[in-house]
Amino acid sequence: MEFLVCISKSPDTTTKISFTEGGESFDESGVQFIINPYDEWYALVRAIELVEKSGGSVTTVTVGEADCDPIIRKALAIGAHKAIRVNTAPMDAMQVAAELAAVAKSGAYDAVLCGKETINHNGGIVPGMLAEMLDLPLVTWATSLDYEDGKAVMQRDTVNGIEKVSVDGPYVLSASKGMSEQRIPNMRGIMGARSKPLDVVESCGAQATTSVASFALPPAKSGVKLVDADNPAELIRLLREEAKAI
Amino acid sequence: MKSIVYVQTQGGQATKASLEAANYAAQEGEAIAVISGALEGDGGLGAVGVNRVLHCSDDLDFGQSSRLVSAAVEQEGADAVVMAHDHSGRAVAPRVAVRLGAGLIAGVTGRPEGNTIKRNVFSGKATAQVAANTAKRVITTTPNAFGISSDDGAAAAVEPFAADTGVCRVAVIEAAQPASGDRAPLPEAELVVSAGRGLKGPENWGIIEDLADALGATTACSRPVSDIGWRPHHEHVGQTGIAIRPNLYIAVGISGAIQHLAGVNNSKVIVVINTDPEAPFFKAADYGIVGDAFDVVPKLTAAVKALD
Repeated sequence: MEFLVCISKSPDTTTKISFTEGGESFDESGVQFIINPYDEWYALVRAIELVEKSGGSVTTVTVGEADCDPIIRKALAIGAHKAIRVNTAPMDAMQVAAELAAVAKSGAYDAVLCGKETINHNGGIVPGMLAEMLDLPLVTWATSLDYEDGKAVMQRDTVNGIEKVSVDGPYVLSASKGMSEQRIPNMRGIMGARSKPLDVVESCGAQATTSVASFALPPAKSGVKLVDADNPAELIRLLREEAKAI
Repeated sequence: MKSIVYVQTQGGQATKASLEAANYAAQEGEAIAVISGALEGDGGLGAVGVNRVLHCSDDLDFGQSSRLVSAAVEQEGADAVVMAHDHSGRAVAPRVAVRLGAGLIAGVTGRPEGNTIKRNVFSGKATAQVAANTAKRVITTTPNAFGISSDDGAAAAVEPFAADTGVCRVAVIEAAQPASGDRAPLPEAELVVSAGRGLKGPENWGIIEDLADALGATTACSRPVSDIGWRPHHEHVGQTGIAIRPNLYIAVGISGAIQHLAGVNNSKVIVVINTDPEAPFFKAADYGIVGDAFDVVPKLTAAVKALD
């Protein structure tokens, strides 16, 4: 199997978010960047596991500038075989999907795997755009991925619960929790990553269709009202009469 | 704004998340629903302001549904497409956006302000005002972010509708088994009772289930608890689990790491029960009890049962 895994740069999960004056852009100063957890823990690791089991290779693709190289090297250290970076700043989902689609079309991949969403943009829409641009079936929020008799078989979260589905031929998948376990790169992986190919390709010229006018932080809570542990019934009274929540 | 609303049904009725999306569209102008599969009456859509329902009786997969929705946009000359930002909307909306060449604003939490709409970013740690710079736009609405203003309007007219939707390419081997049993799915749940490592072991979840049952709430958990297998993955709420915004979120034995808060801080009322008065979660809470869950939670359950 030849897997193409889309990985994106995200601020570390512990990052305290702040914006430049006027809320125009994300203040990146002092921020530690990581591979978007859904892309790494689930999509990338599952692709590596399947290749370890049945052969093939894992190529990662990232839309971003040279500051993405450290997270791409980490993906190679975890076990990806090669990496492609589209050398342009990501502007919105449509532009990123179009750049990813151009890379996907330039190779012969059996599957394109993504995380279910990034932890900075939270749209979860790049996989669907990519599937439409590539005219491929899409399985979103997959919690497992295996091959049975040459067919890809997945479990996915749906509106009503968990569903088991199968796809014949190439597909796009967005991975959710449960698909695999996080892997910590070992020293051999880290050393080996330096000599693995990281191809930088030029943008296909895709345009963004949306733009962010401004960012803001949510209003702070006004303070907690503590209820005595000996009288929990008082909490239920407050929830009903004051907060009107039950 | 003339909108096509893609609606999911369950038992022939529009889901709560779809009703919210339909009502959102109706408040901005004319709303025309598109439904595939089983439908009873108008699916409850007239009451939330939908004018007409275009109904395709075939069961379609999400890829086919996106073609059906796009065909409806063309037929009606609509300038917007609205649907819930649930599992169906995440699969259908991006395909529709590509087909229409329209900007997609996903998971909105506010109504249109000029040409921008508010949505959550950084996993709920911030919001952004986003504009679609295209003739048409596609909007997905975050479940539980909008109330439904029902005007008990006339039933919507249901019209048969068909389009070239292509073939089904994702075969369902086993239909959905409700993950949360009889309880509301987590993203739609209005009441959520959640617990973390403070419960000390999976065998102690009975007190959480009892409180949830008494309230009619859905159960959830923190990441460490799902990682070590005490609770199923689909219950994990937080930055790398699912983001929720119920009316009431009760957190028991969860310290409130920044990653957990990110997924739940849009809840309208937050209650924290923790033995540690220094737990960071208290800073994000509306109500709190500093105390032992094993003592406090059964008393809360009894107090809920004593209501009315």
